[in-house]
Amino acid sequence: MMLDLLTSYIGPDLAYVGWTLIKIICVAVPVILCVAYLTLAERKVIGYIQLRLGPNRVGPKGLLQPFADVLKLLAKEIIVPTKANKFLFVIAPMLSLMPALAAWAVIPFSDGLVISNIDAGLLYIMAITSMGVYGVIVAGWASNSKYALIGAMRSGAQIVAYEIAMGFALVCVLMMSGSLNLTTIVETQRTGFGLLGWNLIPLFPMFVVYFISGVAETNRAPFDVAEGESEIVAGFHVEYSGTTFAVFFLAEYANMILIATLASLMFLGGWLSPIPGIPDGFVWLAAKVTIMLFFFLWFRATFPRYRYDQIMRLGWKVFIPVTIVWLVLIGILMRTPWWPW
Amino acid sequence: MTYETVVFYVLAAIIVGSGLAVIFSRNAVHAALALVLSFFTASGIWLLLGAEFLAVSLILVYVGAVMVLFLFVVMMLDINIARMKEGYWNYLLPGLVVAGILLAEMILVLGGRHFGSDGAITFGLNIGESNTRSLGRLLYTQYIYAFEIAAVILLVAIVAAIGLTMRKRKDNKYVDPSVQFLAKKEDRVRLVSMPPEPKKARGDV
Repeated sequence: MMLDLLTSYIGPDLAYVGWTLIKIICVAVPVILCVAYLTLAERKVIGYIQLRLGPNRVGPKGLLQPFADVLKLLAKEIIVPTKANKFLFVIAPMLSLMPALAAWAVIPFSDGLVISNIDAGLLYIMAITSMGVYGVIVAGWASNSKYALIGAMRSGAQIVAYEIAMGFALVCVLMMSGSLNLTTIVETQRTGFGLLGWNLIPLFPMFVVYFISGVAETNRAPFDVAEGESEIVAGFHVEYSGTTFAVFFLAEYANMILIATLASLMFLGGWLSPIPGIPDGFVWLAAKVTIMLFFFLWFRATFPRYRYDQIMRLGWKVFIPVTIVWLVLIGILMRTPWWPW
Repeated sequence: MTYETVVFYVLAAIIVGSGLAVIFSRNAVHAALALVLSFFTASGIWLLLGAEFLAVSLILVYVGAVMVLFLFVVMMLDINIARMKEGYWNYLLPGLVVAGILLAEMILVLGGRHFGSDGAITFGLNIGESNTRSLGRLLYTQYIYAFEIAAVILLVAIVAAIGLTMRKRKDNKYVDPSVQFLAKKEDRVRLVSMPPEPKKARGDV
């Protein structure tokens, strides 16, 4: 309808571009708003876990705190270190934000509510999120700083390691649904038994592996050795200030929301309701994403940072074998007549 | 000019530009990043052809994995640009030969209809079903042996690469995690039963 209206004014080609832009804005702006309030939620949740109140000065109950933070970061000076590679230094935060936002193009929010319903949706997500590592590596190198370079190396090794475990976990989801399309993946979890039909139950170990890998992939605590402040100051973004730092921050939180959303879509039935008889809808997806995000914050408040070699061991020697074994097991079970899903 | 044509020319211009940047860039990291850009744009062109699975796997494999490791290595090098530029033109002749061979190969593959072939190479796999599904079906039925043999060769290459490069440092203090897990309190702490000392009055040390 809207597309037809645009077509009548500016012709089909331009209308297509314009309509796509409108759709992108409709997804990107809420994502950025969610990021803003996720930062507030993080400070509040961790505050309450540590018996504090968290920010409560700006606006009612501290609800305007994210905007105060954004204004502060926008007003700060961007300092480029001496002998830093200026072009790469400035482009690195963008390289890390771009994949974090581009991945949302194929995320369905409800049945049919998706920017681009492509067949290779899951593959697209894996490909786009695998590009996020460039922002970190380039930032570390371009900063011309020891700590930044060490942080970038750590982060790069960690992301590459956990991507493999994550990929195998997704292959199991793929086998369950027989499709790479995210909408189909959700719809195949609709069995009429609500919660029992979700991929969570047959693929529970994969869900755990996926989510922990997701935490590692986003460089969140307890896997945040890339920015371990007690060892390497702030890791890859040690030289960044003001807006450039804000963009890294935005990318990290957008990635967290993305991982939470993907986990909800692939393992927790997306917008399907947990109890048969209650209507499905976006509300369910939002609730599941919120729960998954709470786990992120809970982890951060609970666990001490992993040692670097332990992280590597967990990724390569624990998660990858576990996923391969489960992959074969599920593959065999699916061929037997006793497979209930 | 349709929308697709515009997109194609934009992508093609970016590929050529970034390809040139790979060759002429003075900074190795810039060159590697330009290569990333050209891979990424090439996958855009594959998308235009309708080969979405191949396009996305190009990004996943080359941009997401291979180039990351490549960039790792390049960043760790301390490259002297002046020394690298020595004898630059000596590579011209071998370079031209390689370029000529590549060009001839491309003409053979892409220009089939000019040589009387019926154009066996068709672009745009619009076969009604999902691109990924049809590719998977072909790979696991018709080309199963080639596919599996390629997989085994890759596995051998991985094992060989690790076997050739892995060596243990002598001063490595790494502790086997299973030993760590199995450690009991008794292995570390020795509880000694001692008779209590007689209580001394405060003040006399």
